[in-house]
Amino acid sequence: MTPISVDDKPISIAILAMGGQGGGVLADWVVALAEAEGWVAQSTSVPGVAQRTGATIYYVEMLKPKGGQMPVLSLMPTPGDVDVVLAAEFMEAGRSMLRGLVTPDKTTLIASTHRSYAVGEKEVPGDGIGDPLAVVDAFGVAARKTIIFDMQTLAENNGSVISSAMFGALAGADVLPFPRQAFEAAVRAGGKGVETSLRAFGAAFDRARDGKPDKVARKPEKLLPDAPVSVGHPKLDRLLNRIHAEFPPVLAPMLYAGAKKLVDFQDPRYAGEYLDTAARLLKLDRDAGGEARNFGFSQEIAKYLAIAMAYDDVVRVADLKTRATRFERVRKETGATGEQLVYTTEYMHPRAEEVVGTMPASLGQFIENRPALLKLLERLFSKGRRVRTGTVGWFLALYALSSLKPIRRAMLRHKREMAHIASWLDTASALLPANYELASAVIGSRRLVKGYSDTHSRGQGKFDKVLSAVPLLKAREDGGTWLKRLVQAALQDEAGKSLDGALATVRSFA
Amino acid sequence: MAERSFAREVQDLKLGEGDLFRGEGILAITKALLQSGVSYVGGYQGSPISHLMDVLADAKPVLDELGVHFESSASEAAAAAMLSASVMYPLRGAVTWKSTAGTNVACDALTNLASSGVKGGALIILGEDYGEGSSIPQERSHAFAMKSQMWLLDPRPNLESIVKSVEDGFELSEASNTPVMMQVRIRACHVHGQFIAKDNKRPEFTIKQALENPVRDLDRIVLPPVSITVHDREKIEKRWPAAIDFIKSRKLNEWFGPDEGDVGIILQGGMYNSVMRALQLLGLADAYGNTVIPLYVLNVTYPLIDDEVSAFCAGKRAVLMVEEGHPDYLEQAVNSILRRRDINTRLAGKGMLPVRGDYTAAVLMNGIQVFLEEHAVALLGNRPPLPSADAVLADPKVKALNAVVPARPAGFCTGCPERPIFAAMKLVEQELGEHHISADIGCHLFSILPPFNIGGSTMGYGLGPASASAFNVDAGKRAISVMGDGGFWHNGLTTSVGNAVYNKHDGVIMVVDNYYSSATGGQDILSSRADNPERSTNNSIVKAVKGIGAKWVRQIDRTYDVAKMRDTLKEALTSKEEGPKIIVASSECMLNRQRREKPLFSKAVKSGQRMVRERFGVDEDTCTGDHACIRLSGCPSLSLKHTDDPLRDDPVVAIDNTCVGCGNCGEVSEAAVLCPSFYRADIIYNPTRRDRFAARLRNAVIGFLQRRREARRVVFG
Repeated sequence: MTPISVDDKPISIAILAMGGQGGGVLADWVVALAEAEGWVAQSTSVPGVAQRTGATIYYVEMLKPKGGQMPVLSLMPTPGDVDVVLAAEFMEAGRSMLRGLVTPDKTTLIASTHRSYAVGEKEVPGDGIGDPLAVVDAFGVAARKTIIFDMQTLAENNGSVISSAMFGALAGADVLPFPRQAFEAAVRAGGKGVETSLRAFGAAFDRARDGKPDKVARKPEKLLPDAPVSVGHPKLDRLLNRIHAEFPPVLAPMLYAGAKKLVDFQDPRYAGEYLDTAARLLKLDRDAGGEARNFGFSQEIAKYLAIAMAYDDVVRVADLKTRATRFERVRKETGATGEQLVYTTEYMHPRAEEVVGTMPASLGQFIENRPALLKLLERLFSKGRRVRTGTVGWFLALYALSSLKPIRRAMLRHKREMAHIASWLDTASALLPANYELASAVIGSRRLVKGYSDTHSRGQGKFDKVLSAVPLLKAREDGGTWLKRLVQAALQDEAGKSLDGALATVRSFA
Repeated sequence: MAERSFAREVQDLKLGEGDLFRGEGILAITKALLQSGVSYVGGYQGSPISHLMDVLADAKPVLDELGVHFESSASEAAAAAMLSASVMYPLRGAVTWKSTAGTNVACDALTNLASSGVKGGALIILGEDYGEGSSIPQERSHAFAMKSQMWLLDPRPNLESIVKSVEDGFELSEASNTPVMMQVRIRACHVHGQFIAKDNKRPEFTIKQALENPVRDLDRIVLPPVSITVHDREKIEKRWPAAIDFIKSRKLNEWFGPDEGDVGIILQGGMYNSVMRALQLLGLADAYGNTVIPLYVLNVTYPLIDDEVSAFCAGKRAVLMVEEGHPDYLEQAVNSILRRRDINTRLAGKGMLPVRGDYTAAVLMNGIQVFLEEHAVALLGNRPPLPSADAVLADPKVKALNAVVPARPAGFCTGCPERPIFAAMKLVEQELGEHHISADIGCHLFSILPPFNIGGSTMGYGLGPASASAFNVDAGKRAISVMGDGGFWHNGLTTSVGNAVYNKHDGVIMVVDNYYSSATGGQDILSSRADNPERSTNNSIVKAVKGIGAKWVRQIDRTYDVAKMRDTLKEALTSKEEGPKIIVASSECMLNRQRREKPLFSKAVKSGQRMVRERFGVDEDTCTGDHACIRLSGCPSLSLKHTDDPLRDDPVVAIDNTCVGCGNCGEVSEAAVLCPSFYRADIIYNPTRRDRFAARLRNAVIGFLQRRREARRVVFG
């Protein structure tokens, strides 16, 4: 019987990628590398329908021939027996751990920190993005060694694609018994985009060597600078003085952000009105013992009142679309260079509602009460329009529309928004003495009102639905918590199924 | 024009005696066919064997040189019928398809072929689409071999064995006058390995010779009583014994490890590598195929060789049968062999190994361990620690990942022309309510998954509309069915459209025409718009359906026109006209279009031509983070980004640079009256003098107005 030596074990490498990420190219490089170094290498994959945006695994094994005998290599990874895992996306790194491919005794995990969101994360009306920190936490448990940085961006910065960056990281990780030159030779042998590939390879190699992981965060910190004392403009400084004089410091940053937004939306006077309301409510807040609660109610006011007052109307859109800063941003985003020209075409679809909304309140009202007239308007205006903002004619049209700003206060839409805000604030302040948390939560519910046209009315509907639970929650200590839950539920899905479920629960105990 | 070019791989097909072939399993099979002197090859593309078809399509010169006829069959049935060339003539023929999907389609022809028997070697290469990565129901090809009496090869999954198996297959087929099937699993099809090549062989007998010297042998024609008196007897009395002798004498099956042993393992050839890895992890084999446990490897899984089986089992306390999938045909067969010969070796199999699913190394490791614990515990020796991730998986921090790691359902590619079709369908549903929607096979099937969640059933290739045929009664709503151009030409024209016309079906049939058989890799089909010198393309689907009698037919030439798509669908659902309402929605598969146009574009730009690139963008100031647009799209390039604006809770929509400017975003937000955030940016490369002049004028006016307003605007810095 042949003596069995179980000492020779193949090196196993699993590559987790999404369709179109070049996982195949990476696997081919690894194979070419090993073969060039006199090893026997075998790679397999199960593309299936993963070729179309799904996630897939490429698997490579390599071992030297021995005494004329070829190794017998496995076609699939064995949990607990994988030496290197390369994840071409951060949540895929998480998946590799869930599949048991990463174990602390063995596995070096090389993962790019960039995210490519799955449709399930993107389609949520609120924020459905998974928390990458959960993946970071698991590293400590599962991996022997990790190399973690944004290989996607690094590749792009070097004019290449992520596969070359990951190959560089693999070389830099020192887990394969091959010198850097051998890796680079494999890239050259590949023959496609050698220059840029090698540049990304080199950058990633160094990055892997210096070993510092990129910081992973679910979202960027919100910018909340302290309110300055003065910006040198009398009208604005008056606003700043009020923020500092009339409000506790804890509110200043958010009030400043709010005022800033509203000055931009309308004018300093409008921002002044915002501060008036905030001040009035701050008084109620104090009376309700808000000081002890760090003015939680007023903090919500400072944020959501500003958002509510800066509603999205035609004038706003026209203003934003015609700004020089916007022209520059678009040019930057398209990556246009030198003498290249960039023109934008806006896809707009005004409805009679928008048209009437921009009319003086009384006139708008008059028309709305006459369906025939409304129909006529609908026929006249309601159709998709391709607005070529970069051309003089269309620019002037938008420019004219945006210059209606001064008379915005007289418009029907403005009246509507103000009425809605008033009743929203009344509901909240009425609750304040009895149930502080609930009152604050009512203010926070405003988060649901967003979007345009149908989206806007759907949000409006959800908002009303959520507030319909207020009477049921009034008497409850945890009323605020429950209302917040309802808001979260409302943001789960478009149809509002989760919201109905949550409401049912509330009714069951109320 | 397939999605991928195999120009380089075609060179490997020219390798000669002694050269080292390195490449994918499926290409090795292709090379093996040429080494075997094959006269004709046909088949139907589909994972995992698409590349075999693609490389042959690109290999015209090589094939011409050898006098090999290659054809992209209209369906697996057509491919199987093609093998009848080997019934009367000593021609070697091979066909290939995805199994069991394709084998089901091919059955009619296969039954007749197996009855007639063959003179020339007939080889059917089956891409066994089973287990992880499969895209079809989980069945085994084994049953087809048994029912029609065709031999089934299941070679060890390394290139050398696979290539040998192809060569053996032809000889076995000729020696036993029986068609031979060779199954290759998904990973084996895509495995990269190596083997020593031989020279390609010109067929000894050519199709030309056959055509010019027709042969007619009544005994080979399937017609009662011959099929009963002659064929059925031959199967049992001549072909079966002949096959047994050949398999035995040529040692097609293999034995590894010691000749003697208390226990042993019988395995399908395809399971070999996983079994070896399992044994290695258990400390019972090394990495080079040396094992302490006797293995009997079935490179031929049908028929079984009773003598070999009983010889292997005799004198062993117990034997483990490693047979992937169910039912346990082999285990049953081995059991009855042992029973008949009164051999009392215990046979273990299903029970120690799972009844269903992939037999991975880990699964086999555990199964073999259980088997040895019961029958030869001494072999497990001092029990080396086995690889396991259980500890890691049990950790709460790893468990927590289940909550955040998202599912990644397959979806439409960036810029896919099918996306707007289903966006329109969703808009219609919002107006007219949900409908019963029968889907088909092909990319469009992704509409069943998020974000569209449209489509209630799928019954097979080209059967979408047929599967809605029962829904043809007076009702408030009509059935909608969808079918791709691939399915349409595969058999949808007759089975689905013809059926609907003849039975005056009142439903709506949406034919998704993307110019290729896209899901299988972008092969050309009858209605492809490309001019293909080898094939007849540009055959209109509209003409075809009208030719078969359809009256209400609408052609939409730009699927991205969401509004038009929506209105046409509404018209179809409400039209008074009798019979099927057929909408042919045509736009080119974006994957293929990009592959064709990108090089041309950059070439034109380099040469200084004026070119315009379009891409879409979102104004984040006006995006309110509701993501309604994403729920009507799911485009990979349409993504999200968190902002640092304290007044925004939810991430806003952002379009990345992979956008190909297909226009769906804008059209949808317009048709659905979503929001004004979307814009199309036209980037003009190499602007002409006129462009630059116009730009200067515009910038003068616009810039002046912008500066004027900025100067007056009162804002915090």
